Amino acid sequence: MGSKKKVDKESSETNIDATELANDQNNESDDDSTKLTKEEAKKYYEEKGIDLSHDVPIHVQPIPPFEKSMADKIVSKFGQKVVVDYVRPNRIRMNTKREDILDVAYFIRDELKFDHAESVGGVDYPDSKEIEVVYHLGSYTDEQLGNKILALATRVPREDIPNPGNDSTRTPSLRDVFYSVEFHERECFEMFGVFFEGHPDNRRLLLPEDWADIPPFRKDFKIKGR
Amino acid sequence: MTTQLPPGIQLETIDDRIMTLNVGPQHPGSGHMRLIIKVDGDYIVSCDPDPGYVHRGEEKMAEYRNYIQNIPHLERPVIHDSCNILYPYCLAVEDLLGIEVPERAKYIRVIASELNRCIYTLYWLAIYGIFLGHSTMFMWPAGDRELFIDLLEAMSGARVTHAYFVPGGVRNDLPANFEERCLRQVNYFEKRIKEYEAIFYQNPVLKQRTEGTGILSRMDAIRLGTTGSVLRASGVDFDLRKKEPYDVYENLDFETQVMKEGDSYARSRIPYLEMFESCRIIKDALRKMPKSGSVRTKLKPNPKGGNDESYRRVESGRGSLGFHVISNNRPEPYRVKISVGSFRNLICIPYLLKGEKLGNMPSVYWSLNYWPVEADR
Repeated sequence: MGSKKKVDKESSETNIDATELANDQNNESDDDSTKLTKEEAKKYYEEKGIDLSHDVPIHVQPIPPFEKSMADKIVSKFGQKVVVDYVRPNRIRMNTKREDILDVAYFIRDELKFDHAESVGGVDYPDSKEIEVVYHLGSYTDEQLGNKILALATRVPREDIPNPGNDSTRTPSLRDVFYSVEFHERECFEMFGVFFEGHPDNRRLLLPEDWADIPPFRKDFKIKGR
Repeated sequence: MTTQLPPGIQLETIDDRIMTLNVGPQHPGSGHMRLIIKVDGDYIVSCDPDPGYVHRGEEKMAEYRNYIQNIPHLERPVIHDSCNILYPYCLAVEDLLGIEVPERAKYIRVIASELNRCIYTLYWLAIYGIFLGHSTMFMWPAGDRELFIDLLEAMSGARVTHAYFVPGGVRNDLPANFEERCLRQVNYFEKRIKEYEAIFYQNPVLKQRTEGTGILSRMDAIRLGTTGSVLRASGVDFDLRKKEPYDVYENLDFETQVMKEGDSYARSRIPYLEMFESCRIIKDALRKMPKSGSVRTKLKPNPKGGNDESYRRVESGRGSLGFHVISNNRPEPYRVKISVGSFRNLICIPYLLKGEKLGNMPSVYWSLNYWPVEADR
């Protein structure tokens, strides 16, 4: 605790050397199994590109076994088709190609007992000309999965001049797998221009009927005056 | 002369039997949203919800401001529950920036969020009462709400839009003698809301209008992905404060309220019963809270997150409320996705209203604990 107080004082005055601070923290908690060793932490920061000038070090937790076993189940079934992005306490995220997303989703629902979608969000990456669609899946029926969230992501091509519904920005809809995605996918369609093939009701939801601009949550749509 | 219609737009043919009704967006019975209802006589044939009249693009606005500047505008979707909507945002940003929250701040957050949950529930209960023609039930909760608004005003300085939670803790410490005052008012409040039982929940008129209307079965509640009181009224024991305890909820003593009926009555009763649990949590937290200590971890100006993301959720007054925040080495988040309970429960409206009598529309609609401003974001 003493060193922490010192850190607070110092940081308010000058920029302290962050690597020194990380070392300091690691020395302090060598016996704590939830924290990484000095070298591992450094490597983690570098890989993640985390800003080391920040005054509080990030606590990196070890990979939890239950979540790991669940990710392994999917990987052993689909092999190269899915890429596990990360496994953290209560959170798993995996990326897949849009051709395989339906198979993976059926497997997640039937074998792993995830039964509903919490959110369907899009993320626009204009530099790599892709739009990512992320499904956050949860479970009410399985007692063990109450606090787990499985994020299933896929990337679709992005066109500079969008024509929602008629261009290559499309992916299969998961509405037949998870009924609860119905309105979320409609929102993603109007905000990002991602067309969901097989969705029964591809209409506008939040935007007005006469909206004539590009999908507003794309990065090239600028708020006026900004 | 025939007028040329734009492509894709069709004129609706008039049917002798089926009539289309527009409920809203200015109709007080629907809030700021439109329900396109088709009726056959007195029965609803289909219902198509049309939200979006209060869409403000909070998610887009968040990409232009840094993590601290985002605090005041992100609470705007539900100003009556502002602590609970900022809660997951703060948790997610703390994950991204690697901030530890002091122990005392965790307890203060829990107290503030439970006070806010009661404020929201009373506001909703007042509206539910007046739309079922029970004007006493509008007056009483609207008056009793003031008690907790005063408490939160003493904590944060603002009556409704508190902006009290910040990444790293809470904005300021509790005022002097807060514990005594809070305990006194919570004790009074518990006695006071017991009176609602006789005048509202045991009222035969209310029971006739709500019991057996808009029944949502357990399987459908799960399949449709509903959340919050709608889910618990259908017999699913799911509360994130128990399932995924954040901050200090695992140390506190309370129970989840579950009912099996799944009708409008059960959906309106669950939030009422949860107010008693909130009082229990507040009293327990006041007892266990450290009496002194820091309430906020200091941040550097313009903190940056790495190439990382975080998805955190809490149990708000309307169910699970999640924030998906993506950072990319900049002071502003790359993308903020808000997943709100109201939007998730929206899918129930067409499902529950089909086959229902038009007169039951308000009792079903308002029992869903639906807040249009939050759903639109």
